[in-house]
Amino acid sequence: MEAMTHSSGRRPAIRVRGLHKRFDEVKAVDGIDFDVAYGSVVALLGGNGAGKTTTLSMLLGLLLPTDGSIEVLGQDMLQDRYPVLGRINFSSPYVELPYRLSVEQNLLVYARLYGVPQARARVRQLARELDFGALLGRRTGSLSSGQKTRVALAKALVNEPELLLLDEPTASLDPDTADWVRSYLEEYCRRMGATVLLASHNMAEVERLCDQVMMMRAGRIVDRGTPGALIRRYGRRNLEEVFLDIARGRNGGHEPEAARLPEDPTHGGEIDGAAP
Amino acid sequence: MTPRQRTSILSLRRIGALILRYWYLLLGSWPRFVELAYWPTVQMILWGFISQFFYTHSSWVVQAFGVLLAAVLLWDTLFRAELGFSVSFLEEMWSRNLGQLFVTPLRPYELVLALMGMSMIRTLIGVLPAMLLAIPLYHFSIFELGLPLITFFVNLMVSGWVVGLIVISLILRNGLGAESLAWLLIFAVAPISGIYYPVDVLPGWLQPIAWALPTSHVFEGMRAVLIDGVFRADLFWNAVGLNVLYLVIGTAVFLYVFRVARRRGLLLQIGE
Repeated sequence: MEAMTHSSGRRPAIRVRGLHKRFDEVKAVDGIDFDVAYGSVVALLGGNGAGKTTTLSMLLGLLLPTDGSIEVLGQDMLQDRYPVLGRINFSSPYVELPYRLSVEQNLLVYARLYGVPQARARVRQLARELDFGALLGRRTGSLSSGQKTRVALAKALVNEPELLLLDEPTASLDPDTADWVRSYLEEYCRRMGATVLLASHNMAEVERLCDQVMMMRAGRIVDRGTPGALIRRYGRRNLEEVFLDIARGRNGGHEPEAARLPEDPTHGGEIDGAAP
Repeated sequence: MTPRQRTSILSLRRIGALILRYWYLLLGSWPRFVELAYWPTVQMILWGFISQFFYTHSSWVVQAFGVLLAAVLLWDTLFRAELGFSVSFLEEMWSRNLGQLFVTPLRPYELVLALMGMSMIRTLIGVLPAMLLAIPLYHFSIFELGLPLITFFVNLMVSGWVVGLIVISLILRNGLGAESLAWLLIFAVAPISGIYYPVDVLPGWLQPIAWALPTSHVFEGMRAVLIDGVFRADLFWNAVGLNVLYLVIGTAVFLYVFRVARRRGLLLQIGE
């Protein structure tokens, strides 16, 4: 299959084909295919246990798939992931930074692991941009949830990644701060031309940030398209209602045509299809 | 867009970054810092007094005075080397940080090299004060062993790393329920390493097992220097050979377990 999601004909930033992950008898990811175009912001949505975190973990190389292929920024991640790991980054509220180190120490260590030149200056710059300069000397364990989320975002941006994998980037933030973080991410993507794949349970956030949405249930992608197209297709008022329909199996419980990748390379940025 | 950077297969900067992290952790906890020097010092004091007792009660132990103290200090070198290696790895487990580390360009063998570097630092902090304190307290300087001391020290460090590799492999595979192995496993080799007595004191069937350990060759070599005044090159090279063999095996086991961890999703799940 030569499906493209970028009208320029450039290979996608992420290309996944026939991806399976089985833990003994449990099929965590059950044969998914998708592309993420360079410079796009794509959401991976689904209820708990849908396979989102498993998919992100495989993209990052933390988890080996049972079958399938993963290409990230043109690199086969199963053959050799190291050339690309310095160009991507990841943030999740469920994977925390060590508590006993100060915020600055934690970020300095990661800046050095990514080989960031002038690491201290980069950390200070991020602290200014993300407005946590006063926290640099504080122990990470003493921060509030919202402060930790901001520091985790700084860690995710420390190497100015071309590809960001974000798991619930605004979890635990108050609405004002969450809105500020979304604006910052939008501005970062615009400035850097970065690609983002995010998992989120905040549908308003997805509607605002994402060009494309992939809906997962029971390890499969059961639908995909732009937020607007999905809302129209399901005849709903917003993405949250679409999410509930899909999570509760009201989309017929089968993979609709729209859930499969388009065969036609001229399909462009849209992955829409017929309504289920 | 960030320009593409060539990713080297071995980066001293990444290794240094990890060592820096463990150093920060060490500096951030004074009890852990003090604990490094506490046990070697306590051991040295305890065994120093035992040695003094023997010294006044038996002509044989006139020679054994230095032997016992040297054995205690070198045993603690082995123990600290293993503990420094394993505990630094446990720091990552306790803070659920392995997943974060391995989405960076860090290679698993770079983690192993960083653990070795930190083990060296922790061991020196731990045993040097005890070695120095023995001089005014008992007029015994282990540094009088001269160059052989360096060979004993290096061999014992490597032996500690080998045991550490096995420990962290078991912890990675089985989770934090196995963390006590970091403190326990090393003691399994103590009785058959000829630390305080020659290997030929052991039952005949146990002696081949003892000679299969590099530590036995080190402690026999130490006695040869202190009692007979000779450096046994054969014992030294036996220890080096066995250490290299076990280090290769230990590294292979760790890399295999790391792959199993990636297959089973353990890098993200492991925690307290």
